[in-house]
Amino acid sequence: MPPVLDVQDLTTNYLTARGWVRAAEDVNFKVDEGEALGIAGESGSGKTTVALSLLKILPKNGRIRKGKILFEGQDVVAMSEGDMRKKIRWDGIAIIFQGAMNAFNPVYKVGDQIVEAILAHEEGVDKKTALERARDLFQMVGVEPERVDNYPHEFSGGMRQRALIAMALAANPKLVVADEPGTALDVIVQAQTLKLMRELKARLNLSMVLISHDLSIIAETCEKVAIMYAGRIVEYGSAEDIYNEPLHPYTQGLIKAFPSIKGARTRLVSIPGQPPDLLNPPKGCRFNPRCPYVMDVCRGEVPLLEKAGKGDHLVACYLY
Amino acid sequence: MENISEKTVEEKRVEALGNGEDYVIRVEKLKKHFPLKKGFFETLLSREEATVKAVDGINFAVRKGEILGLAGESGSGKTTTGRLLVRLVPPTEGSIYFNGKDITKLTESEVRPLRKEMQIIFQDPFESLDPRMVVKDIIAEPLRVQKIGRTEGEVEERVKQALVDVEMVPPDEYLFRFPHELSGGQRQRVAVARAFVLNPKFVVADEPVSMLDVSIRAEILNLMVDLVQKKGSTVVFITHDLAVAKHVCDRIAIMYLGKIMEISGSDKLIDSPLHPYTQALIAAVPIPDPSYKRTDVISGEIPSPVNPPPGCRFNTRCPYAHDRCLIEEPPLVEVEADHYVACHLYT
Repeated sequence: MPPVLDVQDLTTNYLTARGWVRAAEDVNFKVDEGEALGIAGESGSGKTTVALSLLKILPKNGRIRKGKILFEGQDVVAMSEGDMRKKIRWDGIAIIFQGAMNAFNPVYKVGDQIVEAILAHEEGVDKKTALERARDLFQMVGVEPERVDNYPHEFSGGMRQRALIAMALAANPKLVVADEPGTALDVIVQAQTLKLMRELKARLNLSMVLISHDLSIIAETCEKVAIMYAGRIVEYGSAEDIYNEPLHPYTQGLIKAFPSIKGARTRLVSIPGQPPDLLNPPKGCRFNPRCPYVMDVCRGEVPLLEKAGKGDHLVACYLY
Repeated sequence: MENISEKTVEEKRVEALGNGEDYVIRVEKLKKHFPLKKGFFETLLSREEATVKAVDGINFAVRKGEILGLAGESGSGKTTTGRLLVRLVPPTEGSIYFNGKDITKLTESEVRPLRKEMQIIFQDPFESLDPRMVVKDIIAEPLRVQKIGRTEGEVEERVKQALVDVEMVPPDEYLFRFPHELSGGQRQRVAVARAFVLNPKFVVADEPVSMLDVSIRAEILNLMVDLVQKKGSTVVFITHDLAVAKHVCDRIAIMYLGKIMEISGSDKLIDSPLHPYTQALIAAVPIPDPSYKRTDVISGEIPSPVNPPPGCRFNTRCPYAHDRCLIEEPPLVEVEADHYVACHLYT
């Protein structure tokens, strides 16, 4: 079966007065039906740029300069804005934005906002049916259906997050993109949200792209993981491969930098230095100024994302 | 209403937490209630003033030289507690003792000399540094306010040393930079340098790394831990991240809705928590291991601190709640050596 999403050589840059900010370059990944891919990286790694590119909802100065985004075989990059609205956004790919607290319009009832989404995306549905659907969606995400008549401020943070998930699912999308789900929430509510997302994914056979800076969240939710650094995917593979046998020095550093609540008390480990300026990224491998194993070749050509280790495990590093 | 036996329990506990030990800060029955803003009609109609009970009667002591973690969800009162400790906000009730001296009722001008010995590091280095001041002036400000350093040269020496302490070397390179010319990590280093430049006895660090990327967090935390040891300071470290707290703190106190639910040594608290809330909190922390199977998550969210539930504040979410929990508030008692829990399961 062909993958639901097949991203090939995606390059998205932002034009600024000082030149192109190379936010995402030569990004390749696939997502199969019912599969969750986690894109992990720190601020400025390009993970959110990739998410916005999938729906073509980039800020004004953002351009997809190269590559294809094949969603169910159709190239989203070549599609017109009208088709994006009619066929892709919400019906095909839905997005759950970061910041559950501010995503709803405070002056409309939550239910009405979901109804609006349903009416805009499905023809021949009347308001009554749409409201019925909103109630069902609430039920599905674990919010009392009567709550459709509430305003956003009457919801707790966790309920707003659930309602946002309900809204994303309003038009039965195939693929859900979630940008930092639950990061603004407390750890217990975050765990509840992730549990809900895992259940929905299994029940609806959803494909997911989960964007997060938190490797633990991705480990719990995704089968596949892509690690991004300074606009490029540096490592890609199954969650087990990435966590048990990380190959790229950046991935290794990142995993070590995460303090685990299990295990003995130790001194924390960090990666020295800071991420590069994407207006002028370093030549060659973008991690070379911080890499403990840097060689001459790393400062020359950009290493390609190639097969290393077993199965589908890919890494962009000259060590392999 | 407190009956006699409860009072003696209370007194015993305060003794156990403070007296006879070398502590830097001790608080007794500390409360902070913030009045809610009311509309005009509400002012006319309601007799009783509604308040947010941010901190609602807590007792604990911070031992000399230790890093005490204060952990909990948002709305638990941890940040307000931190601000009360360094007298940034006045308490509604209760007492704060610093080096044995009651500092609860000091006026603003009486507090000022104390600032030499008590400092606070804020969460957001983008907000806490004055954008119009250069690094040198930011770090020199506490020295100037406290009139330390007789000459300009002396002040500059202290500032440079503070920069070296936070590994911003060579210091000359950073002295005349503005905060916007620094990365997030460097800004937080400057904030740490400013807090430690007076060699304070006591520092409150309020989520000092939560705004930073994971790969640079550890550096800042390690640096702080080293500085604390070098300067012999005592720290209250406020965090929502229990994994970080475990690695950084000597002891951890768990707060929920303005109350302390459990205090113990970090390893003991994380590895064998006793309070059902602490257990739930630890169980919810995501684990960076794909083979890890998550146990069930408790449902519900933290209730409003305006009307906290009667009895034990956790009773609305507690899987073990029984009748007693709905009526009687459990006191914080020592159930094993140096392990304090406020739960009826253990009394």
